[in-house]
Amino acid sequence: MSQASATAPEIKKEKFKIGMLLLNLRTFIALFLVVIYFSIMAPNFLSMANLLILVKHVSIYAFLAIGMTFVIITGGIDLSVGAIVGLAGMVAGLLLHKGLHIPFMNATIYFHLPMVILITLGVGVLCGAFSGLLITRFRVPPFIATLGMLYIARGAALLLSDGKTFPNLVGSEALGNTGFPWLGSGTILGIPFSICVLVILGIGASYLAKRTPLGRHIYSVGGNERAALLSGVRVNRVKMFVYMFAGFCSAIAGLIIASQLVASHPATGDMFELTAIAAAVLGGTSLAGGRGTIGGTIIGAFVIGVLGDGMVMMGVSSFWQMVIKGLVIVAAVVVDQFQGKLQSRAVIQED
Amino acid sequence: MTDPSDDIILKACGITKVYPGTLALNRVDFNVYRGKVNVLVGENGAGKSTLTKILAGVEVPTRGHLELEGKQVRIESFHDATRHGIGMIHQELNLFGNMNVAENIFIARELTKGRVHIDHRTQTAKAQELLDRLEAEIDAREQVADLRIGQQQMVEIAKALALNTRILIMDEPTSALSAAEVDVLFRVIQDLKRQGVTIIYISHRLEELIQIGDHITVLRDGNLMQEAPMIEIDVSWIISQMVGTDKNREMTHTTSATCEEILRVKNLSLARTGGGYTLDQLNFCLCKGEILGIYGLMGAGRSELFECLMGLETEIEGKVFLDGKEVTRGRVDDHIREGLSLIPEDRQREGLVQVLDVSDNMTLSSLWKFIKWIHIKSTPLKQAVDQMVRNLSIKVPSPRVIISSLSGGNQQKVVIGKALLTEPKVLLMDEPTRGIDVGAKGDVFGIMNDLAAKGLGIIFVTSELKEIMMVSDRIMVMSNGKITGEFTKETATEEGIVAASAVGHNHTHASA
Repeated sequence: MSQASATAPEIKKEKFKIGMLLLNLRTFIALFLVVIYFSIMAPNFLSMANLLILVKHVSIYAFLAIGMTFVIITGGIDLSVGAIVGLAGMVAGLLLHKGLHIPFMNATIYFHLPMVILITLGVGVLCGAFSGLLITRFRVPPFIATLGMLYIARGAALLLSDGKTFPNLVGSEALGNTGFPWLGSGTILGIPFSICVLVILGIGASYLAKRTPLGRHIYSVGGNERAALLSGVRVNRVKMFVYMFAGFCSAIAGLIIASQLVASHPATGDMFELTAIAAAVLGGTSLAGGRGTIGGTIIGAFVIGVLGDGMVMMGVSSFWQMVIKGLVIVAAVVVDQFQGKLQSRAVIQED
Repeated sequence: MTDPSDDIILKACGITKVYPGTLALNRVDFNVYRGKVNVLVGENGAGKSTLTKILAGVEVPTRGHLELEGKQVRIESFHDATRHGIGMIHQELNLFGNMNVAENIFIARELTKGRVHIDHRTQTAKAQELLDRLEAEIDAREQVADLRIGQQQMVEIAKALALNTRILIMDEPTSALSAAEVDVLFRVIQDLKRQGVTIIYISHRLEELIQIGDHITVLRDGNLMQEAPMIEIDVSWIISQMVGTDKNREMTHTTSATCEEILRVKNLSLARTGGGYTLDQLNFCLCKGEILGIYGLMGAGRSELFECLMGLETEIEGKVFLDGKEVTRGRVDDHIREGLSLIPEDRQREGLVQVLDVSDNMTLSSLWKFIKWIHIKSTPLKQAVDQMVRNLSIKVPSPRVIISSLSGGNQQKVVIGKALLTEPKVLLMDEPTRGIDVGAKGDVFGIMNDLAAKGLGIIFVTSELKEIMMVSDRIMVMSNGKITGEFTKETATEEGIVAASAVGHNHTHASA
């Protein structure tokens, strides 16, 4: 191709390849353009302080979207992640604020902070396991199973405090459970803790997807469940994992939000599941299953986060923000379909 | 015979159809004669279905055109076809079980009053009229789900006729019918002919074609082979045209069977939901290096046998021993690790994950061989895949290309590669040559021979008599879940095998 006298079809093919490459990188390009636009329109946008705030916002969505991506790759959906965020925050709040009251012993246990975190994460995983069991053992469609889980988790969150907020979750020296606010505001080497968690979770999930048998199995279950089963993939086990992992990711998000606010409110995380799905889809995850990457999803979460924060800085009305976000998501899927067509045309051309 | 050229109602000229990875039709001319039964034959993958789909507007040809009554027409959708009076009865029934017969017949063109209100009374009356014309004893108000398959087939025909069809395409209409129902269908076809309807008829049952057909067109590997009036030809002519005298076909198989037993099945039974047995007290064994062919009609229990051996069915009775060790219970991956491997019947639906690439597909069953803790070691995995691609001579630019861009034969080799990477002791192959071209078939048989020579036990299932006679050391015939015949290479005859495969079959039709 380096020869100057490339023939016409070769040039056409080259152009076609470049076009395909641009399409493949579309989410990244979209992110790039959005960032440039806002840095011109809102002068403070590119300041370090603002960027850190932005990434902290994005990381909350990204946690949920990473869990959601695995679920969607298996061909499922998890509508309960937002409600689990709320429940996780309330569990942590309850344990810190009121402790665990055991009625028949008339005693109240206060846990140390690491135990609180572990219990909260455990609750998230259990919620996912419940959805997973419904889906694998009782053959409930994922949409319904996780819709049920949404109501259960949200209801449980409200019940824990009778609908009230647990305020001022700083803990007390006497009970030995201080330090909770650090999760949301602490830093490691100057980097906010939530961003560190995002990096670790992102790398871990990406590794899992690409280089472990479990990852390969997740893709195969979504691509062709029957073929996966006949190839010896333990389909039910794979499905259990993805819902439990989504619950785990939601619980992390719940902990960090509660810590940032130093309070937990039972309505936290409302509609977050839709943002998570949108981020995954923007990042190229196919709702039909089998396709998607963690990297793409994280970029997708950034596009949504940057759009949101940028528009706030520019003073765009929140109603318009919703309309614009909706248009971006729809456009992403339309481009995705277009790419699919182009790819099959490319295959025919090569014949 | 008068010159038939002016009797041609529909003519396909130079039709070429390219799918990603395959050339389905290559400049095919096809003449459809007015008021006759035009038979289209060819092996699986010869392009019959593609051609009829083009005539019915389901597919659009890559090149070539259609002429109706001498005038060039474009048939690019179902509606175009309907407008020109072309109707098609697909191989799979396209009916709505939750609606009644009349509603099915008039689906998407309901008879209405004022465009909104469905006129059920007229619809039912007209439907009944059509059904009576077909001598089908079906009430137009019955739910389709309650009808037998044969009756449902009649509803399909009525549905096509309701459109004032002049040209009716029937893709394997008899595959689900009992002998009595086939007779009725043939009477209907004769009747339709008298009424001036032109029929295009596809079937694999050659005797049937001779009986019903007027003109025959033979396709092989997407090419037009021959066209002839039926009175001038016989079954052996059809076979020679269909199969050709390709060198690959003349493959011989020298046995490498030993007398060392590798697999033994004892009293294996699988109950059918709703009574009876899908598998009924099966007993057989397999030796190292032996190729055991299993022949049987649809529903004989061949695929179910494989599913039981692989551990997909949990409610089984009996015992299975592999290399002396019992492997009756356990999940699929346990069986794979013990040394059983399955190549499923339906490559697309059961064998491949279409969205993944060649390498991922090929290693899906054997990832456990390439891991250290949870990490997949990419170097040995890549080496194994490259080696397998070379050994099976799979034509791919790189193992990282997506599987759906490969031709059918190469896809099948990837499925075989996936099974071989698990290093099986016994390989179960369900219709391994279905829908692949002649050259690839020869390759698959070559691979089977090589594997047997290396001491693998192979059980393979096929519905093609020629293949089973050619490749197997021993042939087992199944019918209705029972073993109804066993032949060695020397004692096997086509007649004997066919007779054994029909044991107990009249009984099922009567009771169905």
